Amino acid sequence: MSNQEIQENLTELNLGIVFSEEPAQYLTLTVPKENLHFLMSKLKLVRELSFDYLFCLTGVDWGLELGVVYHLESTTHRHNLVVKVMTSDRENPVFDSVQDIWQTANFHEMEVFDFFGIKFNNHPNLKRLFLPKDWTGYPLRKDYDDPINMIIK
Amino acid sequence: MITTKIEDRFKTEEYFINMGPQHPATHGVLRLILTIDGEIIKNVEPDLGYIHRSIEKMCERDSYQQIVHLTDRMDYLSAHINNEAVCLVVENALELEVPERVKVIRTILAELTRISSHALWWGVMGMDVGALTTFMYAFRDRELINDIFEETCGARLTMNYNIPGGLMFDIHPNFVKRVKDFIAEFKTKLPEYDTLLTNNVIFQKRTKGVGFLSREDAISFGTSGPVARGSGYSCDVRKHHPYSAYTKMDFKEVLRTAGDTLARYEVRIQEMWESVAMIESLIDNIPEGDYKVATKAVIKLPKGEFYQKVETARGELGVFVISKGDKSPYRLKFRSPGFSNLSALNKMIVGGKIGDLVAVSSTLDLVVPDIDR
Repeated sequence: MSNQEIQENLTELNLGIVFSEEPAQYLTLTVPKENLHFLMSKLKLVRELSFDYLFCLTGVDWGLELGVVYHLESTTHRHNLVVKVMTSDRENPVFDSVQDIWQTANFHEMEVFDFFGIKFNNHPNLKRLFLPKDWTGYPLRKDYDDPINMIIK
Repeated sequence: MITTKIEDRFKTEEYFINMGPQHPATHGVLRLILTIDGEIIKNVEPDLGYIHRSIEKMCERDSYQQIVHLTDRMDYLSAHINNEAVCLVVENALELEVPERVKVIRTILAELTRISSHALWWGVMGMDVGALTTFMYAFRDRELINDIFEETCGARLTMNYNIPGGLMFDIHPNFVKRVKDFIAEFKTKLPEYDTLLTNNVIFQKRTKGVGFLSREDAISFGTSGPVARGSGYSCDVRKHHPYSAYTKMDFKEVLRTAGDTLARYEVRIQEMWESVAMIESLIDNIPEGDYKVATKAVIKLPKGEFYQKVETARGELGVFVISKGDKSPYRLKFRSPGFSNLSALNKMIVGGKIGDLVAVSSTLDLVVPDIDR
């Protein structure tokens, strides 16, 4: 499916999706966090879309917002899509987990939790993956301060 | 007469056992927490982070030229290919066209890196399942590649030969001859790999049907490289998203459908043959020209998001850069192949024996710094 067709197909769902206007490598959209899980299961299950390969899951701190970027590919149609979700709640950021849709998300979401403190609903085993259990703070956030290792805001 | 089963009369209990962090079969500091019942594995949970250096955070501070240097500390056996990934993402973002000569040299070295990595994996794989000789054979062949690397750029492992815009220096005058000599030599050695290990009955019994991963699971777990191709999932980045000299080259993607440990083993052995063929087709056709194009001393990427994937010896390495137009990336993510491949380990081994775990984790070809980053 071409990017144009994917865009039309997804607009019909009425999920409040906003497509990025800036020229980019992949078709990029932002979805409200309430509709994230519904959109993701559609992307995987609708046969014309069948985005079955989640090849990258990135936590990002945009300054005011925290969010996650999902890079998707379909192994049958070989088309790509980038899904972004963000929240301005920096104290308690929560998204729905997609590990029931793509099993690879299990580890990746743990990594995002470890470094950004973003929690994922319905994740079976959300814990710090790399850092010790008693670590305070989330190092990949932009407001993380660690003067000993010369990491200053 | 005994009417009850033994299991009913003797109660068994699950218990935990640590494998690693200092275990010879985990090839680095990887700790696996096993839940076992007798000898049957019920669950495998990796405990990571023993050598986590937060390269992604360091990248937010460094210039793009410096980031290249950090990448060969991730998957050190694919150092050259990791360097290439960062260089490509910078070149694509700047819309910089590198000379054909650079593309061909990069590809030859990438394939030599792949042979060297697969050869080392083969040696260690043999050692893991109890055949120590393979280790010596593999190091004998690998040494020749490292000598070529040393003559080309001064380093044997962490190469740093790629820079954004091309190569650090031109190739050594001996390069073509030495690579040809190596290929001729290696073609006589590679059949030994089969006679020594592949056709060994003990080895076959330890690997056939062990650690099965279905095609659906391979995709769902995001596996890539020989692990996914052993399950019949066509995922070669060189084929589907070609870069450098792969765009114009004809080569076969190695696929096996069995999905077991032996299939993953066969994929890697066959890939060495494919790499040999690729180098042979390129080595006589290195175009003349410059070995780099000039870039500014301070590289600033335009505002935007850039993604580049390359095929390392372990699978798909992705570099995701979010740039705000500064000399350092705003956020840089490495999607490392080992991390996703490791997540499938539990699926592959549950229900198997502890001895199988060593064989299975060995065909995942884990490099721990690549997982920890």
